Amino acid sequence: MSLPAYLPVLFLVILSTLFAAGSMFVASKLSPAKWTAAKVEPYECGIEPQEGGVPGGERFPVKFYLLAMLFIIFDIETVFLYPWAVAYDELKVFGLIEMLVFVAILVAAYVYVWRKGALEWAE
Amino acid sequence: MSGLIDAIGPAVIIALVKVLVTFVMLLGITLLVVWAERKIIADMQSRVGPNRWGPFGLLQTLADGIKLFFKEDFRPRTADRWTYAIAPIATMVPAFLAFAVVPFGNEVTIAGHPINFIVSDLNIGILYFLAMGSLGVYGIVLAGWASGSKYPLLGAIRSSAQLISYEIALGLSLVPIALVAHSLSTLDIVGAQAGTIRNVTFFDGIPVLEQVANIFRYVPNWYIWSQWPAFAIFLVAGIAETNRPPFDLPEAETELVQGFSTEYGGIRFAMFYLGEYIHVVVISAMAVTLFFGGWSGPGFDFLPWLWPLFWFFFKTALFVYLFVWLRATLPRLRYDRLMWLGWKRLIPAALLWIMVTAVVNTEGVSRNVRLGVFAALFLLVLAVVLRGDPRLKEAVTPQRRRTQGRLSRGAA
Repeated sequence: MSLPAYLPVLFLVILSTLFAAGSMFVASKLSPAKWTAAKVEPYECGIEPQEGGVPGGERFPVKFYLLAMLFIIFDIETVFLYPWAVAYDELKVFGLIEMLVFVAILVAAYVYVWRKGALEWAE
Repeated sequence: MSGLIDAIGPAVIIALVKVLVTFVMLLGITLLVVWAERKIIADMQSRVGPNRWGPFGLLQTLADGIKLFFKEDFRPRTADRWTYAIAPIATMVPAFLAFAVVPFGNEVTIAGHPINFIVSDLNIGILYFLAMGSLGVYGIVLAGWASGSKYPLLGAIRSSAQLISYEIALGLSLVPIALVAHSLSTLDIVGAQAGTIRNVTFFDGIPVLEQVANIFRYVPNWYIWSQWPAFAIFLVAGIAETNRPPFDLPEAETELVQGFSTEYGGIRFAMFYLGEYIHVVVISAMAVTLFFGGWSGPGFDFLPWLWPLFWFFFKTALFVYLFVWLRATLPRLRYDRLMWLGWKRLIPAALLWIMVTAVVNTEGVSRNVRLGVFAALFLLVLAVVLRGDPRLKEAVTPQRRRTQGRLSRGAA
């Protein structure tokens, strides 16, 4: 089959996007639209919204940012493991030891992060 | 008609038909899964469950879906209009896409064209599956951010932190599969699990066990036998990735009032819901594909193409049942416990298992080294278990009591 492997995936993207957009369009034609001032207030258990009022106007703990940084490190590590995992047969013991060294370096970083308390959530 | 086929090429026609069939099939499966979940949970809670629309209430989901088309679709004053509209699509589409690499039947030949029951056999199937799982995070973050409201934002930030934490464990848990299968293509992985376990020489020369070992000739050659630690990590991380109980922190009703989807209603909410259920099906299907031999199973002469399909959907249905069962059984995790499990247990365990699999499977590593690895692993597990479980610890050293500080640190 000379078909590019990603063409069916592209078809699936188009089909599912069309389905989603289409059903939203149909729903917008079928549904009533009686907006009132109270109805379009952001949800706040019935009281007036206190702060924000624009997307991203709220605050959240910086802890999540730290977590995102850690995620990048370990996710890239995962990505590096995959090529080795497929080709480790040809790399033999040399590849194994190389990968052990690579993982050992990351484990050192992981232990550091753990000891620093970056993985602790409850204070 | 044949002129049209020649003009576009049969390959394109086959691809289009496959995509269409898979898409409609997934929608149908979602209807069934939602119905099955409500029925099963009702049964577990001694209720009747949906029983009005269609036989056994089978059409209930369809009725609910149609109803949602007629619901008013308003948007909060503070929302960012286009991002708000795109977010449900951005959640739903990757869930569908992830199914593209799941092979759900054996190869058949229709009109001289060999056809695999898979949308596209990508040579990086596992990576593609992980990538689509990651893309789903965008929909949730955009939904929470674009609503311009407190609870959705908090829910979205939380759930993105949860998803990226468990994504690492999910990614690491599949590396050993790539190691033993030498491939990332899901078709190759299913192919590698075909047949039954042979060449079990471990018991040779031992009188009775030698005969008993013959039973291995009837055991399918699935990766679950050798890779069950990877499977355990995959399952836990996979459930966390689908935002299903007990990891449904993103929609924690009691604290975040539905989290990222607070401000969504009508058909947009249905899109999030659809995405979640497709994701459940995809994780179940991937578990079956990677660890339980995919569509392989006993086939018969009667309708030979049907049996692989049957076995695939049967195994997948068992996993979907497990998802529902967990929802009916387990309470939601506390957030710090969730992070603790993901970062401090699953990630080191997955890394360790990769290294063990690699050392044991690499050519040229001596038998003594392999035995040493197993012994070290056993001792490590023993140490973790003895240190981790207070009851076991008490059993070993009865005079030491659990202290309050230890409990509050959550180290148990």
